[in-house]
Formats: sequence, C-alpha cells, structure tokens
Amino acid sequence: MNQMPPPVQFTSRRFATVSVPIVTLAHGGGGKAMKDLIDDVFARVFDNPHLAPMEDQARIELAALTAKGDRLAFTTDSYVVTPLEFPGGDIGKLAVCGTVNDLAVGGAIPLYLSCAVIIEEGFQIERLRKIARSMAQTARDAGVCIVTGDTKVVSRGACDGLFITTTGVGVIPESCRLGADRAQPGDHILVNGMLGDHGAAILAARGDLALETELESDCAALHILIGDLLAAAPNTRFIRDATRGGIATVLNELAAASHAAIQIDEERTPLRDEVRGVCEILGLDPLYLANEGKVVIAVPPQEANAALAALKAHPLGRAAADIGAVATDGEPGRVTMKTVFGGTRIVDMLVGEQLPRIC
Amino acid sequence: MKYVDEFRDPKKAKALVAGIERLVKQIAPPRPLAIMEVCGGHTHSIFRYGIEGMLPEEIELVHGPGCPVCVLPMGRIDDCIAIAERPNVIFTTFGDAMRVPGSRKSLLQAKADGADVCMVYSPMDALALAKKYPDREIVFFGLGFETTMPSTALTVLAAERDGVKNFSVFCNHITIVPTIKAILDSPGLSIDGFLGPGHVTMVTGTAPYRFIAEYYRRPLVVAGFEPLDILQSLAMVLKQIADGRCEIENQYARIVPDGGNEPALEAVSKVYELREFFEWRGLGSIDHSGVRFREAYAAFDAERKFTVPNVRIADPKSCQCGEVLKGAIKPWQCKVFGKQCTPETPLGALMVSSEGACAAYFQYGGAPKAKEKVPA
Repeated sequence: MNQMPPPVQFTSRRFATVSVPIVTLAHGGGGKAMKDLIDDVFARVFDNPHLAPMEDQARIELAALTAKGDRLAFTTDSYVVTPLEFPGGDIGKLAVCGTVNDLAVGGAIPLYLSCAVIIEEGFQIERLRKIARSMAQTARDAGVCIVTGDTKVVSRGACDGLFITTTGVGVIPESCRLGADRAQPGDHILVNGMLGDHGAAILAARGDLALETELESDCAALHILIGDLLAAAPNTRFIRDATRGGIATVLNELAAASHAAIQIDEERTPLRDEVRGVCEILGLDPLYLANEGKVVIAVPPQEANAALAALKAHPLGRAAADIGAVATDGEPGRVTMKTVFGGTRIVDMLVGEQLPRIC
Repeated sequence: MKYVDEFRDPKKAKALVAGIERLVKQIAPPRPLAIMEVCGGHTHSIFRYGIEGMLPEEIELVHGPGCPVCVLPMGRIDDCIAIAERPNVIFTTFGDAMRVPGSRKSLLQAKADGADVCMVYSPMDALALAKKYPDREIVFFGLGFETTMPSTALTVLAAERDGVKNFSVFCNHITIVPTIKAILDSPGLSIDGFLGPGHVTMVTGTAPYRFIAEYYRRPLVVAGFEPLDILQSLAMVLKQIADGRCEIENQYARIVPDGGNEPALEAVSKVYELREFFEWRGLGSIDHSGVRFREAYAAFDAERKFTVPNVRIADPKSCQCGEVLKGAIKPWQCKVFGKQCTPETPLGALMVSSEGACAAYFQYGGAPKAKEKVPA
C-alpha cells in the first residue's frame, strides 16, 4: 500500500551563507539578504532536485503521480506551538509530521511539502538553522521532499518567534476508501498508543506549572504505520489523527458524520500515569489533550484483530489498543464512555479551550 | 496510579451501591430523598464517573451552589474587566474564570480586545509577576470559598513582608455557611441531607456546620471527591436518616481534620473581615456571605486602589438558576436550558463552568436515569 518513495537526491548546488547572528527586517526585504538567508538556512538542508532550480513553483510530473493512484490528496496546516523546542521534538519536526499525517490518514502516500515561515525580527539564525535541520531530517526520514517555500520577516511583537505553515500533496491509491461517514454498527475503535502525551508534555514544557515530568511529545510521522494497517485491514473505514481536541473531538466527528453512537471503555483507553497525574492536578480531561503521533481508527469487526496486530508490530503502535465500538443502539452522533467506575458518561465536543479548574 | 485508583475501584463501588439500596429499602421514603452536594467539585465527579445512574431511583441528587466561578454576579465580572482594561494593569486569574460572561464581555474577550489578562495557577505566581514587572500594576482575581481564601491571604501577607507595592487583589472570596443557611431558610425547600464540601472543611473544620444538624435537623457528611468517597458519604447520610440521627460526620478524614487548619484560619482572620452582604448569581444578596480586606491591608485591595463601576446587574429574567440551586427544579426543566442557554453562550450561572450543574448536565448528559428525562 503505502510505499516509501525513493531516497531524496542531493544536488551539487553551492549555497550562500549568512554572517549576522540574528534575523532582521532586511532578511524579509526580497534582496540579497533574504536570498542568503533562504540559501543558508533552508535550501541547503532541504536540498532536492525539485527545489534546486529555485523557481517560484515546484514542477511535478503528473505521470509520476498518476502511477501511484487515482486521487491527489492536498492539505495545509500552520504551526504556532510555544515553546518552539519541547521534549520529543520542535516546531520543525511538528510541521513536517503534522502535514505528513494529515495526508496519510486519508490513505495517501505523502510526497511533497511546502514550507512557509514567518519569523519575528531578532530571532537567532543559529536557532532557525537548528529548526530547519530538524525539518529536513524529519522529511528525509519520512521520505518526502520539501519542494517550495516562502520566508517572511515581521516586526518584533507581530508574531511569537516563528510560525511555520506546511502544505502537503500525496497520492491516494485506487483501492483506498476512507471516510468519516463510513462507520457501521459493530465497528471497532482502535488507537495506536498512549494518549495525551503531546498536550501534557507541552503544558509541562511551558514551565509556568512548575511540574517536572519526563513526558515527551509523541510527535511522529505515521504514514508507514498507516500503510501497514491498511495492508492488514484493507476494509478500514476511517483514520484521523487526534491532534487539537484529542480523541474526544475525533470520536465526535466520526459519530456525527456516520450518524452513529460510539461507546469507548475508559479501562481500555491507554494513558501514561504521568499524563493522568498532570490531568488530575490541573483538572483537565486527557481525552481532550492534543496528540501528534496518534490516530483513531474504525475497522469492521472481522478485521479488528488483524488491524491491532499490524499496529502493535510497528514501533509507533506498540501500545495500540481496541478502546471501544460503534454501538448497535444509542443516540446517533453521541459518544459515551463506560467509566472505570462502572458508570457511563457522555463525551461531548469541547466548547472552547480546556481551562484548568479552580478546585 | 497510587492514591487515586484505590478510590475508583468498581468492585467496592458495587458493594457500596448495594449498601445504599438496602438503606433506601429500610428507610422506605414516601418521596425521593433529596440529598444536596454543596460543592462544585462533587458535582463534577458525580457526572464524570456517572454516579447518578448507579443510584436507586429513590435518591435525587441536588447540585448545590458550591461552584465559586458560577455564582459570581455579572456586575463583579464587569468590575474585573474595568480593572483589566486599565492600560498599566496585568490582570491575573485562575483559568476557569476567564469564560464567565459579564454584561458586555468575558475576560477572554477582554484579552482579545487588548487587555493584558494572564492565567495563573496560584496567587503566588501573580506576586512573582509583580516582582518581575515593578512598573506594572499586577492585580489578582481572588475568588473561591474558604479553600482558596488562605492562599490569597498568605500571598498578601508575603507581599506586605516583601514590600511589594504594585500587587493587589480584586477580592471576591465567599463563604459557604451563610449560603447553606439561606438555602435551608428558603420556603418550600425539601433537602433531606447534605454532602459537605471537603476542601472548604479542610480549612474550616467541621464546627461551622453544627447548626445544620442541631437547628435544622439535617444530617451532613463531609465528603471527599473520588467516586468511592461520594458513594460512601451518601451511604453515611442514608444511615443517619435510617437511624433517625442528625449529625455532622467526616468521611474525608484522610484530608480533613475536625478542627480545620489553624495556620490557614489565622491568616484568613488576620487579612479578611466579613462583608455586610455579597451578591450571588442566581441566589441574590446573602448577608455576611463574602469577605473583604481589613483596613490594615487596604493597600492590597484592588477595589480601593482602582475605581470600579460597581454596578449591580440583574440576572437575566429567563434564568431559573436560583430554583435549580435550591433543588426546586432540575436543570433541564429550566425554560432556557439547552436553548438560549448553552455552555457556548451561557445566560445563567450554572452553565458557566464545568462544575455548574447545568453545564455538567449539558456536557456529560448525566446518567441514563437523568438522560431519559432530558427532552431530546
């Protein structure tokens, strides 16, 4: 199914270098300073034949795409995380993994990314280089090319250090039919591992909680895992990455689009003790915490075991679990959870941001 | 997870529920027994663990006024925003107060409009900000019952000790006992027993509740917040009813000393004095139910430091929060529940925070028993 494209080729281009230590408004002015910044920081590490001509657009042969499938997948996402570096990753890794995952959950083979950055003046060039290297490495590991980009510099205070937007294209193989409207009563609901790690790690990394944890973000590209899953369970109905809003939000989206009731079991929902601890202290609900390397999957019952085995066989799915099912009765669109305590509660969409409770 | 999972054991829960069923049979009440959990933390646990659905039909839980965020009147939020919008102020607040609507906007909206509103987890964080930014005025939104009163008091004492001049508190601390009394005095009320607030009692001790048992002849059991705590406390209230006793009992003895927390009480009485009255959203004005800073700490009182509009804003007429708080009607019987009043656009106090009874019913849907009665 989801094969890796061939390794990315380096070119023999020569790259300019920047000698000043920080980004200034001059680096966004469109002149030599900007070209040098792009060359030194981004083009050097992203280097590939599609990017090398430095045209205003990447030019991609249609024939190469149509050989892989019958539909183009096209997605975009902006990354504004604070802090920019956190345990388990940084904004660069996040910007690549997030967009690769947005393609992969539709069954697409991720191929090309764009990278647009908005930099606050005064940002350290060395820090920018480090983030760009992280993006390049993540992209190479995932087998995708960053083929076009844009660089803007804004005045101090107009952005929070660095914002990155990545757009991705991929190709969906003909056989693949995934959709939020396809869940059927009896389908099993799977996740590929421990939930809420990213959200809890970011909260702890912000430092204003004075919480010390060893939590790391789960930030990872999941297309290989998803490829393995689809090979083992070709009738998989639905996959979505549980980013902002957590699995609660994804389950509600699935229940609404499929006009189905979903029940999950708290006891089978995989959570690290550290994440539970952070949530207990702050009065947060882990079902709503963000993930950056976790997907919610709906599979028909006859393929549930094969799907779970395929997930568990992959390093990013070792703690995968079958957490519930699409109910045969119940109010359509409603998500409920059987609590460890033996009661039942509704798991609704979050109204706004999850705010810590006073007591 | 240690010290948590023990209190969520489903087997023990079953045994407790069976005990509760036996007690209910023994009491054989002519109408459902109304038991009020005073504290919003209990309301939250009841919904989060689906406790209501596990109980026999003869028990009706009435969700009391103990959510300090919910009961803040609109006028006070307007005052807050007036302070927060002053150019040199950094306004610090606990997270869940950000969404409470004033007559024009919430703190969240004021922040979007440019006010410097900063979420903190403790008043000491606000004091640290004051030391970090000596040229700015740092105001802490002090709210909550006796649970949070001592931490605000101790922060003010620390600010005084360290000579911090640019720190003040907009004090909205309230006290639960006069409010329980007001509820017990309201006509036509039928509450058969109380689950007492665990965290408040950790500070105050159990003595302030004696009048409930002695004068009003109602049992009260101070309860912890884990689901087994709540079931056990319910069983203890029912046992008292079955035995014909009215006492103040303490289920949460692992946290709550009967005599309370002396150093905390000392700080509280040093810093605060009772207000003549305080306005509660949904319940109206209740005598001696709020505190303000004593004259000696006036320099830390944001109400005296800054002029605030101090306008009383009436609750929307359509809201029936007061009747829900007193247990006269259930949340879904309110005319605007789920229609004009939702967690996104809360009209009434109880829809504001996840600890409010209406928001809890709306979001968690309650237990199957409750859900059947909720019109779709």
